[in-house]
Amino acid sequence: MEKYNPEKNKFMRSVRLKESACQGCINCIKHCPTQAIRVHNGKAHIIDKFCIDCGRCIRYCPHHAKIPVYDPLSVINNFKYTVALPAPTLYAQYNNLTNVDIVLNALLKLGFDDVYEVSAAAELVSEASRQYIKDHEAEAPFISSACPSVIRLIRVKFPSLISRLLPIKAPVEVAAEIARARAMKKTGLKPEEIGIIFISPCPSKVSYAKSPLGIEKSNIDNVVAIKDVYPLLLPHMKHDESQLKPLSHSGRIGIGWSNAGGEAGGLLAENYLAADGIVNILRVLEELEDEKLHGLTFVELNACNGGCVGGTLTVENAYIATTKTKRLVKYQPVSKNHLEDNPEVENIFWADNVEYEPVFRLGNTFKESLKMMSDVENLTARFPGLDCGSCGAPTCQTLAEDIVRGDATPNDCIYVLRANIADLSRKIEELAGKRRQSADGDDPDAELFDSYIRTLTEELASFGVPDRSRQRREK
Amino acid sequence: MGDQLIFTYIVDGDDFTRAGEASSSVKNKLKMLGVDSDVIRKVAIAMYEGEINMVIHADGGTITVSVSDDDITMVLSDSGPGIPDIEKAMQEGYSTAKEEVRSLGFGAGMGLPNMKRFTDEMNIDTVIGQGTTITMKVYL
Repeated sequence: MEKYNPEKNKFMRSVRLKESACQGCINCIKHCPTQAIRVHNGKAHIIDKFCIDCGRCIRYCPHHAKIPVYDPLSVINNFKYTVALPAPTLYAQYNNLTNVDIVLNALLKLGFDDVYEVSAAAELVSEASRQYIKDHEAEAPFISSACPSVIRLIRVKFPSLISRLLPIKAPVEVAAEIARARAMKKTGLKPEEIGIIFISPCPSKVSYAKSPLGIEKSNIDNVVAIKDVYPLLLPHMKHDESQLKPLSHSGRIGIGWSNAGGEAGGLLAENYLAADGIVNILRVLEELEDEKLHGLTFVELNACNGGCVGGTLTVENAYIATTKTKRLVKYQPVSKNHLEDNPEVENIFWADNVEYEPVFRLGNTFKESLKMMSDVENLTARFPGLDCGSCGAPTCQTLAEDIVRGDATPNDCIYVLRANIADLSRKIEELAGKRRQSADGDDPDAELFDSYIRTLTEELASFGVPDRSRQRREK
Repeated sequence: MGDQLIFTYIVDGDDFTRAGEASSSVKNKLKMLGVDSDVIRKVAIAMYEGEINMVIHADGGTITVSVSDDDITMVLSDSGPGIPDIEKAMQEGYSTAKEEVRSLGFGAGMGLPNMKRFTDEMNIDTVIGQGTTITMKVYL
């Protein structure tokens, strides 16, 4: 487990590289939606400030060298009293689950002192969202702020959309607040003696808990993985309902949050858009920014395919989990939680503003950036435009940007390098020719040397450099 | 005038799905330059409207965007039919777009008015039967 920086690090991320497993291939750099990864000296390297914690590299690395960061379940021993916060996605991992209490009771048997469902808090967030959107109709559409990767993406790439983020705490944060307040009241313990432990479908909540956006400090103490907890609960799951303590207190809206479209469904509105998968949401954000999408009041965005059920810390196939969730809530009431019954929630809204972080800006000033971009354009024109990734950057354009930022050199491009070597070889051939003319007599070594150089020059010339005159819209 | 950056785009005619690529590209470049997001928004919207117009009416054309210390200038040139009545074309809701285009959600008669609204300067140079060149400026 990596040591966390106790200081609030605004670019902290929850994916790390297992260097021994990294083969230096280009799979991760090609799939990163924010072009945050480079391969240098045979190993991948994640650029903190570009990373939005979407977990795509974890999925795509064929060598499993991208490791999600999260806490081991043993963290429950660090506290006098612990409360488990199960994400509703946890329920969708199990087959034939008819009653959420089966899972919640098993969590107690596993060693937690109490449980509080994130889905219960989700219903409070839905209620607050409905009211907020109603009160601010003129500023619609609003963008959901529950997925930390979405906030991070908007923070670095879509400054004009920051004001559209719904300024409401994520369900897990609200759950943590309620859980701690209730545990303190129940036990008389100090806040730091109580461990609020989130059972999470994704690692982006790890970064969130350590370095939240929208609020100063999170009430979540630790984040453990659904995939770790899932098998440990199985032996404790008793299906005899007469022996279960009634613990579950959430309805269809709350549990439905685990699926894409679930949050939007909880708003009981009709003109919404719900997009999932990082590539799809990037497109939606572009179109929102250009004001090409009309008539929407709410935009739900989930970085993972299928929503939270598609998180990298889950076990079940996202689409099967989606169906299981729907089956589980079929006969549940719409909602079981209301803000007026939860005085523990002092303020469900964000206390901090999310600030634009212009991490992709080239220079420190406009003038400097203008000069640098002109260099980027000139450099890009020298590269073959294959976006082959051999240089370690995902595209020729990104390599040019890296060079201008001082993080790479043109010779990192194998085509430029080959052209440069061909140049050198031609020069040596010329020199060798001059030497031959001035030398007298037969020198078999010199002839051999000449023939080598000639062959090298011819072979290098025969490779050529890929033609840049391919059809390009942008010249 | 200090340094100036110029980007040129060729807009294909008759392909709605690709309209917006040029404005998207410019938008990303302006973000990398650290241009104010309000200015970026104006440029992106005005340019997108222009791009769509080129596709609908003129079978495509060329867009040149130059960025200087003072402003962003967009020059949109096409070899289309020209605009017979500029005053009318500038009215909100006035459209000569074909029904099939309107059914796709385009041609609402807001193109030119929006281009004017989101830019600080706009000049239309049009010759019937030869084409149109629209120059727009957004100040920095």
